[in-house]
Order: sequence, then structure tokens, then C-alpha cells
Amino acid sequence: MTTPANLKYTRSHEWVRSEADGTVAVGITFHAQEQLGDIVFIQAPEAGRKVKQGEECAVIESVKAAADIYAPVSGEVIAANPEVADSPERVNRDPYAAWLFRLRPSQPAELAGLLDAAAYAKLAESEKR
Amino acid sequence: MSTIQAARRCTPLNAAHRALGARMVEFAGWDMPLHYGSQVEEHHRVRRDAGMFDVSHMLAVDVHGAAARNFLRGLLANDVAKLARPGAALYSCMLREDGGVLDDLIVYDLGREGFRLVVNAGTADRDVAWIESRRAAHGSGISLAPRRDLAIIAVQGPRAREKTWAAHPPLRAATEGLAPFHAVEAGGIFVSRTGYTGEDGFELMLSVAQAAESWQALAAQGVAPAGLGARDTLRLEAGMCLYGHDLDETVTPLESSLAWTVARAGGRDFIGARALEARPAARQLTGLVLLERGVMRDHQKVRCGAGMGEITSGGYSPTLDRSIALARLPRAVPTGETVEVEVRDNWLRARTVKPPFVRHGKILIQI
Repeated sequence: MTTPANLKYTRSHEWVRSEADGTVAVGITFHAQEQLGDIVFIQAPEAGRKVKQGEECAVIESVKAAADIYAPVSGEVIAANPEVADSPERVNRDPYAAWLFRLRPSQPAELAGLLDAAAYAKLAESEKR
Repeated sequence: MSTIQAARRCTPLNAAHRALGARMVEFAGWDMPLHYGSQVEEHHRVRRDAGMFDVSHMLAVDVHGAAARNFLRGLLANDVAKLARPGAALYSCMLREDGGVLDDLIVYDLGREGFRLVVNAGTADRDVAWIESRRAAHGSGISLAPRRDLAIIAVQGPRAREKTWAAHPPLRAATEGLAPFHAVEAGGIFVSRTGYTGEDGFELMLSVAQAAESWQALAAQGVAPAGLGARDTLRLEAGMCLYGHDLDETVTPLESSLAWTVARAGGRDFIGARALEARPAARQLTGLVLLERGVMRDHQKVRCGAGMGEITSGGYSPTLDRSIALARLPRAVPTGETVEVEVRDNWLRARTVKPPFVRHGKILIQI
């Protein structure tokens, strides 16, 4: 399964997982990592940074290209994942476990506007063609 | 109105790539494997063991005839007179009259007044037209034969030769003593000890009918299929130019760290020779190692003490686990200078080094 049903998605290929403590974890989708190829470097946002929905907040460099990562919702960055900073290839191996950063949403209503798995799967499929 | 995409050309190994689940991309009009899962893993396999590349999109062009040697001495910037015996090979640029590089290629002495040029896929049609036009001007006694009937498999890595022999036992006796940059025909396969990775290995030119069987036999010996992605990072680590990136018609070999391939002794008059005399090289291709985190990419600007330059090939080096590049910089920039590269709106520090970065599995530069 390449589009887990329990996650929300953006049109720019981030996934978002709502955690029990009210924060969200953010990563990139299977489709995104497949398009990028081997990921070799991740520049994540610093904890404490406030971001607006759609703002560039991280960079992923692969063997092929650099890709901007956008904040899926507005909020404050709580943490970046040190494991993917040390081993960026984790994002290729298990994109839905390898979160890049966590946010505390300031506008939780934005979450409802994200894509569900079915809508994202359709988007990813249309981009492959 | 809808656009009609031209069909991509397929090598004889296309079905084999697809069966392996390769990610296929368009390259110079050809449908080629970018990788078979992980290009970094394929890169390491070549550095540490053995990998194979389908390079059948490249074109062999055979030139025969009593006048062939003289013709090629005028056509190429390196001098085929250096080819001392059948089987010897030479790397050369082919230039326009103004000294710009039309292509870089390898020429083999086939013996009996025959030569084989192996040219890049993206320039193949233009090369053949150029060579044909020069042949017509040169007069009789030369025949030209583009060899689209040949497939080419490059087997590269420290264990490439022994695995090739295991896959093709009859080749062993004929190629065990084959020196680097030499070739021999054995068992219907033209075997050359050449490559584009900085590792030992062979390039096998064989009939289209033999290609799939040879590929499977090599795979059975544990030779890892490797795609264009790994081919690019391997050649970059080896400090080798890629036509269309580090070389093109707008630059001369002298501006590309290829003065060693331009044979100017004896006043030989090859195409472009006079332009090279008249056109001093103010720039040079130099290696760069990024001192910070990030990845250098093609066309990024480089700021040096002696002026500005540009990255011609930038990327990630799996062996060094950092970004490396070839850059065209002012000639006055010395090795070991710290320069700045504009990477995504930031100026990051890099150091100039003398390529190759990596050869025969060993890191050759100081970081």
C-alpha cells in the first residue's frame, strides 16, 4: 500500500499525521520519494520557527534534484527528525515512518482542507502519466 | 491540438531492463534505465564489485580504407598515428573549424586499414553527417559504416573482468593479457578494456542477437545492472567529461582540461588546429568539493578570487558522501583555493581540487 488511509495529504506531496497530543508529523509520500530517487540530504526547519500553510520550510536534495517541502498547515515547528538528518535514505526505504518535522497547528481547521488518501492516490496516479 | 510525442528508440536490452523493474527515462531520444531501485547502491556495487551498463545507445562507426588513417589524422584533435598496433585505443575530441567540440569519442585501431569510432548517442547523427561530409571532401579510398547492428555492454568494477570470464569462459584466454585501453575481437565479441567509471573492466560490443543472452549470463555471475544515474556519478567521481554538460561546441578542449588529448606536435593540420592556436584558453575545467552540506548542480555560479565561473556537472558523490562538481573557472584559480558556489540562494564554500576525485575505489583528493 503506497497511500495509507490514516494520513492526510497535500497537492505538493507531503503527508500529515495527526498525533494524540494535538501536533502533526509531516513527511513526503511514496510517490514523491520515487520521483526524487535516492535522497542524500535533508535540511529541516528549526524548532520554534513559525510557518504559514504553504510556506517553504524544508529542502530535500536527491541524486536527481532539490525539492522544496511546504508547510501543510500553519503552526510552530516542534522538532525535526534527527534520524532522517543522519540517514536521509530512510525516506526512500519507509517514507511514511520517516517523518521530517512536527508542527503544532495554529489553525487546526486547515487540516480538514487537506486531501484524503483516495484523492491523493488519484492525484499521484495522474502525475505518473 | 495535441502534440504527438516521437517514439523513443529502444536498445536490444529494453525488455531486460523492464523485466528488472527499471525506472526508464528518455535520454537523447532513447528509452534508457535510470536505475533499477537505487542508483547509489548501483554506484557502490561498481566501486566495490562489478556492475553492468547497457550503453547500446552509443554508436560505433567503422572507417575503412587505404586513406582511413590519414583521414582520421585530419578529422580528430588527437593523433591516430599514436595507435601503434591493432587493438590500441585513443580518446579524442572531434572539433569544428573554430575549435568548438563536436563530440568526444574513442577510436580503436582494427588493423587492416580499419578503425572504429565510438561516439555519444546524442551527437551520433550529427557526427555521422559531419564525418560523411569530410570524407566526401577528402576524396576516395574511405568507407564509412555506422554499426547500429551492435549492442554495447559495459562491465565495470574491480571484479568485472573475472565475472565477465565466468559468464563467457572462451573470452578468458583472449583477454587475460589485454592491456588497459586496448581491444581484441574474440568469439564474435569486440572486447575493450575501457570504461567510463574510473574502475577496471570491459566494454563488450556484440551483435544484437547476442546481447540479451550475454546480459543474462553476466547477471547470473552477480554483475549488478546499473543505470544512467550511477553511470553519471561514477564518471563524475572519475573526473571524466560528459558531452553536453562539460563539453560542447562553444568550448575548446583547451578550456576543458583536455589539452593532453590535443596532439599538436609536428605541425599536423587537423580540423580546428588553427583556431586553437588563435584562441587562448582563459578558462579551465576544475574539480570542486563542497565544504558544507548541500548539493551543487549544473549551471550554478562560482565566485573565485580571479572572477566568476560556472558548474558544468554537479552532484552527489556516493563514495565521498558529499557534493562534488566540475566547474569552468578562470585559468588563474589555483588548486586548493576556497571558492563560493551559489546553491539555492546561498553562497556555500567549496574547494578547488584536481580531478579525478576517485579512481579504482580510492579517494584521491584531500578534503
